[in-house]
Amino acid sequence: MEGLHMPHPYIPNSVAEIKEKMMEEMGIKSIEDLYADIPVEVRFKRELKVPGPYPEQEVKRRVESLLGRNKRLRCPPFLGGGVWPHYVPAVVDEVVSRAEFLTSYTPYQPEITQGMLQTLFEYQSLICELTGMEVANSSMYDWATALGEAARMAGRLTRRSTILVPYLMSPNRLAVLRTYTEPVEMKVTQIDYDEATGLIDLEDLKEKINGETAAVYVENPSYLGFVEENVDAISEVAHDAGALLIVGVDPISLGLLRPPGDYGADIVVGEGQPLGNHMNFGGPLLGIFACRGDQRMIRQMPGRIIGMTTTVDGSERGFVMTLQTREQHIRRERATSNICTNQALCAVAAAVYLSLLGPNGLRELAELITSRAHYAMRRIGELTGVRAPIFSSYHFKEFTVSFEKSVEEVNRGLLARGIHGGKSLIEEFPELGETALYCVTELHSKEDIDLLVSALEEVLE
Amino acid sequence: MMGRFRQADWDEPLIFELSRPGRVGFTPPKAEPEVSDAAGEIEELVPQNMLRREPPRLPEVSEVMVLRHYIHLSQMNYGVNSGAFYPLGSCTMKYNPVINEVLASNPGLTELHPEQDESTVQGVLEMMYQLKQWLLEITGMDDGTLQPAAGAHGEFLGCLLIRAYHEDRGEIDVRREIIVPDSAHGTNPASAMMAGFRVVEIPSREDGCVDLEALRSVVGEHTAGMMLTNPNTLGIFESDIVEIASIIHDAGGLMYYDGANLNAILGRCRPGDMGFDIVHLNLHKTFSTPHGGGGPGSGPVLVKDFLSDFLPVPTVERGEEGYYLSYDRPKTIGKIHGYYGNVNPMLKAYAYILSMGPEGLREAAEISVLNANYIARKLMKVRGITLPRAPERPRKHEAVLSASEMERETGVRTLNIAKALLDRGLHAPTIYFPLIVPEALMIEPTETEPLEALEAFIEAVKEISELAYTKPEKVLSAPRNTAVGRLDEAKAAHPRTLCLSWRMYRERFGGD
Repeated sequence: MEGLHMPHPYIPNSVAEIKEKMMEEMGIKSIEDLYADIPVEVRFKRELKVPGPYPEQEVKRRVESLLGRNKRLRCPPFLGGGVWPHYVPAVVDEVVSRAEFLTSYTPYQPEITQGMLQTLFEYQSLICELTGMEVANSSMYDWATALGEAARMAGRLTRRSTILVPYLMSPNRLAVLRTYTEPVEMKVTQIDYDEATGLIDLEDLKEKINGETAAVYVENPSYLGFVEENVDAISEVAHDAGALLIVGVDPISLGLLRPPGDYGADIVVGEGQPLGNHMNFGGPLLGIFACRGDQRMIRQMPGRIIGMTTTVDGSERGFVMTLQTREQHIRRERATSNICTNQALCAVAAAVYLSLLGPNGLRELAELITSRAHYAMRRIGELTGVRAPIFSSYHFKEFTVSFEKSVEEVNRGLLARGIHGGKSLIEEFPELGETALYCVTELHSKEDIDLLVSALEEVLE
Repeated sequence: MMGRFRQADWDEPLIFELSRPGRVGFTPPKAEPEVSDAAGEIEELVPQNMLRREPPRLPEVSEVMVLRHYIHLSQMNYGVNSGAFYPLGSCTMKYNPVINEVLASNPGLTELHPEQDESTVQGVLEMMYQLKQWLLEITGMDDGTLQPAAGAHGEFLGCLLIRAYHEDRGEIDVRREIIVPDSAHGTNPASAMMAGFRVVEIPSREDGCVDLEALRSVVGEHTAGMMLTNPNTLGIFESDIVEIASIIHDAGGLMYYDGANLNAILGRCRPGDMGFDIVHLNLHKTFSTPHGGGGPGSGPVLVKDFLSDFLPVPTVERGEEGYYLSYDRPKTIGKIHGYYGNVNPMLKAYAYILSMGPEGLREAAEISVLNANYIARKLMKVRGITLPRAPERPRKHEAVLSASEMERETGVRTLNIAKALLDRGLHAPTIYFPLIVPEALMIEPTETEPLEALEAFIEAVKEISELAYTKPEKVLSAPRNTAVGRLDEAKAAHPRTLCLSWRMYRERFGGD
């Protein structure tokens, strides 16, 4: 099994006669001649200790057996928080597996890559319609890094150095935000929340905002699933202080909720994974990045941007990567960001997804999710020793559940029954006690929710 | 040859232009009656001021039309698996094995939530753990993370590690400078800037390698580190690497390896043995995972032991009860990705290494080098094309040729050659990079191309050269066989004609 007993299928010129013919034409005797300039002391003299080579069917057997070690659940996990289980329509997977898209590089030669360029332009356009913004880039790595870049962009635009964020934001995103802002000496300050509703404490915001505030960041829906309904007031406070408003979104919610452009967002970030991308254990994801259409902002945007143009003779419409003087390969250390490879294929998935659903499909979906989440919230809340949700706000697809028992114990009991409960918040927000963050989407049928509820009943007994 | 290739040209409207009220391409299920009854009216479940009053202006299109639209667009694109040759220098566009795609679409991977209990994800954690071990062996490093989503993301992390190291030693206030050669990838200086460093650029020697004198003249107490790729962007191995590393180390700096060019040296030498302290890899280059028209990639970062404490959290570790995510790094720089990185491509790289094995990886390196030198030696004989900078030295995985002579003699520039190649069904090389070679054509054939493809490319360049010297207008008017002709990039970027979304189009130019 081991060893290359035949030329490798991936290496056509590994056939001995071809190799020799090539070397002969080049006037060299051996491949070693081409490596002669590598100093002896850095040459690697043994064989790499990696497994293989294996023929395709053996590779398949090994990888499938490995993935078989992941446990099967009876229904999708009730987990969200930044990645959510959603249905991916078959057409989406069909399009993103097309070799012409899948195996292409960044469209550096626009004439031969119009397909990718137009699709990414459509993606940008769809994101603008969804968020109510005028401009979007063609993707960032994920929501967290999009937020990091947004904060830095706000810093450049305002020449200020503080970002105000909600205390109850996602700790993962907060950690990444700190990583992105620390090197440029920006400070991240948390705003308190109202204990009854979970909403941002407006008084605390007003107290903390000042002439050093570059931006106020809100998540809508919030990390803990409730709708941040005071956005108009927050927007006003931010803008009155000369700060920008950055809004982080779950794009599915925008089928039902007001778009951030409507309440004065200057930059919108978010996670595009729900738009036709599988969860994949947390990556690849799709960082959404959109902003207002003023030239000053556009020139400070990070990432690839696709623009519409025409052929040089003006006869046909076409698409190119544009405003590249912002980017690393032109501007080098003065670039707005170092991002080069992004998440383009995930953006393609999102474009196909949004085109399939359209305004009505997205509305239906958002309504279905809201109904199912509320059904689950109600049923769970009826159990003894349980509170769901812990905040008296409107919720979209995620909600908090607090238990008298420990979340760990509850989740262990659920898992023994083939069900994955919500994410424990005990480490992230210990002050909320034994609380878990549950997520319900269109993938959780009534039967799944009922199954969860009866399992919880057993576990809580 | 010329005239045979024709790219599909569907004259495809924007998806918005296909919209007809009422159509839909996908319907979600309906809420069960008990669910709607228990949940109540939707309007009651959303704060009144937060309800979306105007639906988003998304297109309304039926399923078959959406499918055809995007299939048409895919046909107006060019991939390494669907095209004929993709010699994009520095990008390592090798064949993306189909089996890896099949394996990576396994629901046992695609439907995993990142916050699932560790007991339910042992398979994927084992994959990540093993992959990291193999990458450490391949690079000669001690520890690492798979968290960065792309090469530049890895560079950013690498610079943050350099920062954390000097901070830990109380020297960060002084060590503010990262040295990069003028031939470096643009991401290097940009990443150093992202991490708060000043960039010191040093000129390359005539042979394109690091000028040791220039290096010595800039190192000192301000030096935080140096970023280097080896072989460099000219495809030339930095033979002085050991001395370069000791100059930097003696000054108290760290050596950063940009792994974009690792393909050339797999199994033949390792960055860890050359004196590098931090390495990033591009799984979408060296390890065959597809680039998806821009991404997702994956940019693991590997380090020497003494930097292990600073790695981002979590890392995948193996314990007595199996694999787990460890957050136990008190000096960690924190997180640079919302979760653990681009896991799906990691699985493809894992499968790739299994397919290649130690001999296969080494063979990949050797044939990639053979192919690049074969092309370089043939092309340098083509009229108007030269191999500047130490033509006698062998190249590694790529070679940078120049069309300066042709430009001077005929007016045909590198850009025109690139477009004329497209007309022949071949992707163009990377052009006008590195910046130290005028009219650069940076060619990286990779090991997965057959001799026939190399010959076809060489023939195409010859033919273009002949045309340039006889009927230059035939080259200058290229491309004509692609979906569209030459595009107006100035118009795309001009404030008056800038159009970055359908909404902007409607607002600026009317329509719809």
